[in-house]
Amino acid sequence: MIEIDQISKVYDSKAAVDAVSMTVQTGTITVIVGTSGSGKTTLLRMINRLEEPTSGEVRINGVVTTTMPGHILRRRIGYAIQGHGLFPHHSVGRNIAAVPQLLGWSKDKTRARVDELLTLFSMDPDQFRDRYPAELSGGQQQRVGVARALASRPDLLLMDEPFGALDPIIRARAQADLRRIQRALGSTIMLVTHDMEEAIHLGDRVAVMDGGRLVQHGTPAEIIQHPATPFVADMVGGVDRPLRLLSLIPVSDLIEDGPATGAPVAAQASLRDALSECLWTGRDALPVARDGDVIGRVTLPAIRARAQGAT
Amino acid sequence: MKVGTFARAVLATLLVALVVRPGWFAWAFAPFAPTSGPVIYERASLLSLSLNHLGLVVLASVAATLVAVTLAILVTRPAGAAFLPLSRTITSIGQSFPPVAVLALAVPALGFGSGPTLVALFLYGLLPIFENAITGLTTLPTATMEAARGIGLNRWQKLSQVELPLALPVILTGIRLSVVIALGTATIGSTVAAKTLGEVIIAGLLTNNTAYVLQGGLIVGLLAVLIYDAMIRLETYLTLRMYGGAAAR
Repeated sequence: MIEIDQISKVYDSKAAVDAVSMTVQTGTITVIVGTSGSGKTTLLRMINRLEEPTSGEVRINGVVTTTMPGHILRRRIGYAIQGHGLFPHHSVGRNIAAVPQLLGWSKDKTRARVDELLTLFSMDPDQFRDRYPAELSGGQQQRVGVARALASRPDLLLMDEPFGALDPIIRARAQADLRRIQRALGSTIMLVTHDMEEAIHLGDRVAVMDGGRLVQHGTPAEIIQHPATPFVADMVGGVDRPLRLLSLIPVSDLIEDGPATGAPVAAQASLRDALSECLWTGRDALPVARDGDVIGRVTLPAIRARAQGAT
Repeated sequence: MKVGTFARAVLATLLVALVVRPGWFAWAFAPFAPTSGPVIYERASLLSLSLNHLGLVVLASVAATLVAVTLAILVTRPAGAAFLPLSRTITSIGQSFPPVAVLALAVPALGFGSGPTLVALFLYGLLPIFENAITGLTTLPTATMEAARGIGLNRWQKLSQVELPLALPVILTGIRLSVVIALGTATIGSTVAAKTLGEVIIAGLLTNNTAYVLQGGLIVGLLAVLIYDAMIRLETYLTLRMYGGAAAR
């Protein structure tokens, strides 16, 4: 559990981060979202003490972060940034092994971990271990950057706009990968982005920052349905709000008995996907399938009723 | 590449022959010698002069590299940033002194011989290395530097594992410039009795013997060209090795 307690950062008597408190549960993804200058990156960098807080403290599993030297703390916290920041003069394997090496892991253990991570990120170890970052595509570089951050099984992974430099298709795949890997490893992740879509898509919890203050911290559905301030409402986007809400709800929530024809939709797909399918194929109801068996249907009126959400 | 290898071999052979068997070239230098005067310099062996010349250059360049790189590292640390302008001024002054003036000033203190030359070459070598080291250390990719700190490298590890290796090609370029300048400047050292190839040239100038001047000049020139070339290839090799060949594309 990560506890951020009344943390502030003041530059030239102006508060970049103003008395922010929040708690992050182990094994969850918290996305900090805000416009540029909202203090979100400064908040993140104070957690691993790349910036020293002016006041307040951070506790990781109960331990106050200032009880150890900064670089020792940072070896326990994964850190992945926009533009990956790989060491261009080290091979992929050596990049990923950077933190285990600092921690004095044995050669065999380090090597096994490097191969494990490359495999986890769908990169063949034999093919990629000895390549150099400049020989990889942008998406591969980014994956190696995240793999390096995860190498020592850190208590916490901090990510600062990790997908910012990727094109939309690669970014969607990287987000899906992150979600899958986070579920598999049970990692605790704090991720900074300016993209509310990404926040809603990835976050178990979303924290909205504005002018150095934490204005709302809740589940994606809460943020969409009950925005705390006009700024948050603006961030979640007026016209897209019902669609964003639908994207959070799986089809399985609205399954009912009844007839429906045509190609089925998967039970774990989102209601937004189902709505899109209804509109595209001109149907009022879709069969719902789980593991290939049709288990019921989902109807357009039911989706519409659900999308009405907050009124 | 093949033409380059061939040219390199020819020039190297020519250099060795000029130094070890100068007599072979008497026919070529004869037209430039005064009538019935000596054609080939024989007061000292060209080999020992060349080795001495190179020794002075190497010694001065190693010292200049150590001092300039150390200085550059210090002034690019947060604590040393205030000294950056001052250290730039000092090295610039080193460069703006004419070498002859340095020699003249150093002789009373160090006496005749190699000492004053060494001082002049050292001072002359500082600036290119210092400037390049500063450039190399301040133009590192920001994301990489940020990540280096973020994953928990301490200052020394960051310097030795990331900053210096990444800045190395640029620093080597500075050393290369400095070495080539020193090769030429070392000839002037012979005016204060340093044993360098300048002795041959100066003897030629004093006795109006163009053959001597050509001999000395040719050897120094060939040395400079070959060393310059070798260092460029070293830089390329290191860059390729560090970036796994991708940088070449």
